[in-house]
Amino acid sequence: MTDHISRTYDQELDGLRRLVAEMGGLGERMLADATTALLREDAKRAQSVIATDPRLDELQRKIEDNAVLMLMRRQPVANDLREVMASIRIANDLERIGDLAKNIAKRSLKMQGHMLSGSAMGGIEALSRLAQAQLKDVLDAYAQSNEKGAIDVWTRDGQIDALENALFRELLTYMMEDPRNITFCTHLLFCAKNIERLGDHTTNIAETVHYLVTGKSLPGDRPKGDSPSDLNN
Amino acid sequence: MSQMAVQEAPSAAAPKADAPVRIGVKNLDFYYGGFHALKDVNMNFGDREVTALIGPSGCGKSTLLRIFNRIYSLYPEQRATGEVMLDGRNILSPNIDINELRARIGMVFQKPTPFPMSIYDNCAFGMRLYEKLSKSELDDRVEQALRKAALWDEVKDKLKQSGMGLSGGQQQRMCIARTIAQQPDVILFDEPTSALDPISTGKIEELIEQLRADFTIVIVTHNMQQAARISQYTAFMYLGELIEFGPTTKIFMNPDQKRTLDYVTGRFG
Repeated sequence: MTDHISRTYDQELDGLRRLVAEMGGLGERMLADATTALLREDAKRAQSVIATDPRLDELQRKIEDNAVLMLMRRQPVANDLREVMASIRIANDLERIGDLAKNIAKRSLKMQGHMLSGSAMGGIEALSRLAQAQLKDVLDAYAQSNEKGAIDVWTRDGQIDALENALFRELLTYMMEDPRNITFCTHLLFCAKNIERLGDHTTNIAETVHYLVTGKSLPGDRPKGDSPSDLNN
Repeated sequence: MSQMAVQEAPSAAAPKADAPVRIGVKNLDFYYGGFHALKDVNMNFGDREVTALIGPSGCGKSTLLRIFNRIYSLYPEQRATGEVMLDGRNILSPNIDINELRARIGMVFQKPTPFPMSIYDNCAFGMRLYEKLSKSELDDRVEQALRKAALWDEVKDKLKQSGMGLSGGQQQRMCIARTIAQQPDVILFDEPTSALDPISTGKIEELIEQLRADFTIVIVTHNMQQAARISQYTAFMYLGELIEFGPTTKIFMNPDQKRTLDYVTGRFG
């Protein structure tokens, strides 16, 4: 992109991008660590995820403050305006992603000592890996202003929904088999739901990246898998 | 919106105290004959900061600017009372050497004011008047000034050509170079971009941001967005009174005074 006449303006825009990238990196790490903490019953790692969340919140506030200042000082238009708006929206989604990862970390602490062996844990791991890959891809698409990358992420969200649905059915079976599993499986269901919602925020980011690059919104109804909350399933 | 409960405060804003003061204005009144154009203005201009003066036509912002280099002294019916302190001296005092004052406080006007001479001579004009410099010193100072004014690359091969042949934006930068060449402490800009196209305006704004490292800058502008873009402090004036003075972010995002709010949001003016 051609530089602005004002170098400060370019520096401010670069600064916004750097802050969003930093938030993205933190969000990725929080999700990966929260999943590891859950799978390995690693209390220290869970605590570190919880301790990281305030930094993410702080970055979001900083992005909002800087973006508002830029709106005031620069009156950005066209792609610059989309850049500023996108930074606010993406920061909001990343902040929610951090909250969801923190929630998984908190639940992992409650679940310790009651772990269920078997494919349920494998399912949650697979779900998280998929969500992590989606998050990484969308952050790459943002960094590279890659419209196609954003559409790919947006299209793949159905896979997370489908996997969550399969996990839901599996956990229901465990609960019906032995009511002593109910507490643990309920926690795990919430973890799965958190990851699914995290995937939705990732999809939001993909939509924002698409808008940022092209100036056009993606259609309102994205491809979705079955939802476990649909009682007719 | 106009019913918003925003507290009105006394007309004189408190001088800011967090930056070293370059110009201190105290109880300043100004009269065009019988017309009371500035009323008890009190404010401090921070060293190496850009301070923007905004307000509707006739509010006194250009009058305030023109007091700082005593242009009004040319007109016998105009008079100022109060204090304008520059490094401990009241520049309103009749004992002040006006020529020395104008070397220390340079001014750039709304329309470019090239002299009918070469680009080089335009830039060297002030130095030749007030300083005794060798040819090589003069050359160095002219080059330095043109570089600081972001014009050197465009004119270095035609320094002997007339300054009148430059574009409007280039002429304005040449006038800025002429001001800088005298190594002033303060540069006053009186709507420096109102006669320029958007690209030239952008270049002058960028230049003002760069000049802030070396000079204290006061700029009068009708363009509120320009004030928001380039200044650290903004003063809003209305009918000869200083209504509000503070950090530009505060003035444009959350002003204390209702009249400031109405003006910056386009509800009057």
